[in-house]
Amino acid sequence: MAETRLIRKDALTKLFEKTRQSGRRILAPKAKGEQAFFEEVTSFGEVCLDHVQTRSSAKEAVFPKCEALLRYKFGDKGAVSYDEKPFEPPVTVVFGTRPCDARSLAALRAVFNWDTPDKFYLEREARTTIISVSCTKADSDCFCTSVGGGPGDTAGSDILLTPVSDKEYLAEILTEKGQAIVALAPELFATAGGAQKEPHLAKVAVQFDVNELAKTIPVTFNDEKVWQEQSLACLGCGTCAYVCPTCACFDIQDEANRQGGVRLRCWDSCGFSLFTLHTSGHNPRHVQSQRWRQRVMHKFSYYLERQGMLGCVGCGRCSRACPVDMNLVEHLKELALHGRNG
Amino acid sequence: MENDNKATGAFEPKLVAFVCNWCTYVGADLAGTSRLKYASNVRVIRLPCTGRIDFMLILKAFAQGMDGVIVSGCHPGDCHYTVGNYHARRRWILFRSLLDFAGIDVRRVHFAWVSAAEGAKWADLVNKVSGEVRELGPYKEYQGLAGKGIA
Amino acid sequence: MEELKNKVRELLKAGTVQAVIGYRAGSDEKTARVAFVRQPDEADGLILDPRCTDNLAVYLLKPEVKLLGKLAIVARPTTARTILQLASENQLADGQVIVLGVSADGKAVVELASFEALEKFVGQVPAGLTEEEKVLLAKIEGMSREERWAFWQSEFARCIKCYACRAACPMCYCSRCIVESNQPQWIPVSPHDEGNLEWHLVRAMHLAGRCLNCGFCAKACPMGIPLNLLTQRLAEEAKAAFGAVAGGSATGEYALSMFKADDKEGFIR
Repeated sequence: MAETRLIRKDALTKLFEKTRQSGRRILAPKAKGEQAFFEEVTSFGEVCLDHVQTRSSAKEAVFPKCEALLRYKFGDKGAVSYDEKPFEPPVTVVFGTRPCDARSLAALRAVFNWDTPDKFYLEREARTTIISVSCTKADSDCFCTSVGGGPGDTAGSDILLTPVSDKEYLAEILTEKGQAIVALAPELFATAGGAQKEPHLAKVAVQFDVNELAKTIPVTFNDEKVWQEQSLACLGCGTCAYVCPTCACFDIQDEANRQGGVRLRCWDSCGFSLFTLHTSGHNPRHVQSQRWRQRVMHKFSYYLERQGMLGCVGCGRCSRACPVDMNLVEHLKELALHGRNG
Repeated sequence: MENDNKATGAFEPKLVAFVCNWCTYVGADLAGTSRLKYASNVRVIRLPCTGRIDFMLILKAFAQGMDGVIVSGCHPGDCHYTVGNYHARRRWILFRSLLDFAGIDVRRVHFAWVSAAEGAKWADLVNKVSGEVRELGPYKEYQGLAGKGIA
Repeated sequence: MEELKNKVRELLKAGTVQAVIGYRAGSDEKTARVAFVRQPDEADGLILDPRCTDNLAVYLLKPEVKLLGKLAIVARPTTARTILQLASENQLADGQVIVLGVSADGKAVVELASFEALEKFVGQVPAGLTEEEKVLLAKIEGMSREERWAFWQSEFARCIKCYACRAACPMCYCSRCIVESNQPQWIPVSPHDEGNLEWHLVRAMHLAGRCLNCGFCAKACPMGIPLNLLTQRLAEEAKAAFGAVAGGSATGEYALSMFKADDKEGFIR
């Protein structure tokens, strides 16, 4: 399937035009202050690829922060009618994701396709094409190589672009969805010749042995002291989960009045005390250390057990966005050490 | 509720008035018993005291499609609970400034003191506010928020 | 700096406090993070430089931190004002916390064991917005109303309702926030435009006259929303309208818990 071509950077303007003309919406990183966020763009000129990583992840395309699941109207005598319109999410191209973000779709899909296939997620994903751009630079929070990814990893992308010169991208066309984009403007894609992507990729050092970590972390489960120490600074805000490309937890809310209502699915976070609060008042994770433990264990232990993959792609967003500088890699290394020492 | 005048099809503003039980509500009642004719655009909601009129009520009114809001209670010094209106006044000063800063149209939020004896002032207030908000037209900006941001 | 470290060692050695909340180096050279120093020799890791901006007072009411025992806290003037404001709202008792007050230039450290000492300390440092902050506020105030609405709508649209702003705010200490009340559901939980607007206005109003302008909310916001401007605007209004400034006294009332019979306004009919 994989095919390699070259596309000039200045041809992306044209590719964007063609993509928009085909009725697809385009989400891409847009600069705002010192950060970049995935937002809908109308032209390539709005796109900013200068950042190592966007602040928000691209999961919004497949798992929006606020999504209507159901709309209903109240009639006479308690009658309820449902909006039966078929679910038709927008056909979307996400441009400028990093390879780590592209990989995150597998982790999301594993959850949303677990027992009951989630038609909302699956339909959105089916209509989404991922055009990633390889990383030519990384920062100290990046650790994709420690969790099985890499700055030029193709997993999850439909097309992966790697800048191989000032003027050109090497385009790996990986899937049928990718082919469909190329087919919009085949004249923009030239034969690749002998261009190689590896020399242009960022160097991301491996920070820990993830297989060892998977064995050592569960050993620490009952070591309350280490979890308490690690989470003492934690404010219990949900930032890490909200910027995480693989966090899939959500809350369901009904917003209704006398005429009718809408059932909404919104992001949620295991860092909140309210997340596990029972109606009785009992809270099984009643202190922050247990909530922090849940977050780490879920990503590096439970995910492996249940889904056969990690719940982390090493994008480093949680570490960058944490208001109190809780660095995930630092904590993982410490946990591995504790686990090793029993 | 329709915002339009059924007879003429012209825009008719929807207003809600949050009033205190002891002064303005009685004043509005007096306007009625005095057979004063005034604009019928206002729905009156009675609360114990202006001190009870949470600023959230004003936001909720707009969220539910109101084009303008009136908040009214006893004159300073006349509060049934002695000082509720003094507290309310401070809150309104800050809240109004916040609304303005956030770009909400403060010409649609009206505060007033109307005593139990001021039926005529009440009628006049409702007439004036109705007229002003009619000039401004429907509050499309705020009403346009409904459903926005839901994928 | 040595002065601070010595002071911390002294307090821990003597058993006056069981933990000191201060700053240590963070993930990179641009970042500082909180330190919970419990052993005298851990004081070596403390730092005090321009990176140290987080308002550490947010930790004083955190249950896990309270369990550490009696606390001392490294406090720049803003943090010191926060402690006084918390005291005036009966969240901290006199003598509960030892404040290691750091002068505005970050050099001198004074031990402030009572609220009275703390009041004198903050009294020496002018409170209020910096020139830079005033310029930013004036820029927004100078917009037309329609522009302001568009500006805030585009900012609020990014809000994801993670409530990091609330978590980072030392004055947001309610065990049950209004957004968690659901009978009735005042503020929509969902991060749609209406819910976001209501959240940001309610947050600002609940901090009206209480905000110390530490900026931790805006720093914490992962989406880069300058939401501290809202509380700054209210602080300016409270000062202009009532002469009220938060955080000056451990016993004073704040702008909205009191009134004057002759409070002036120009809009009530």
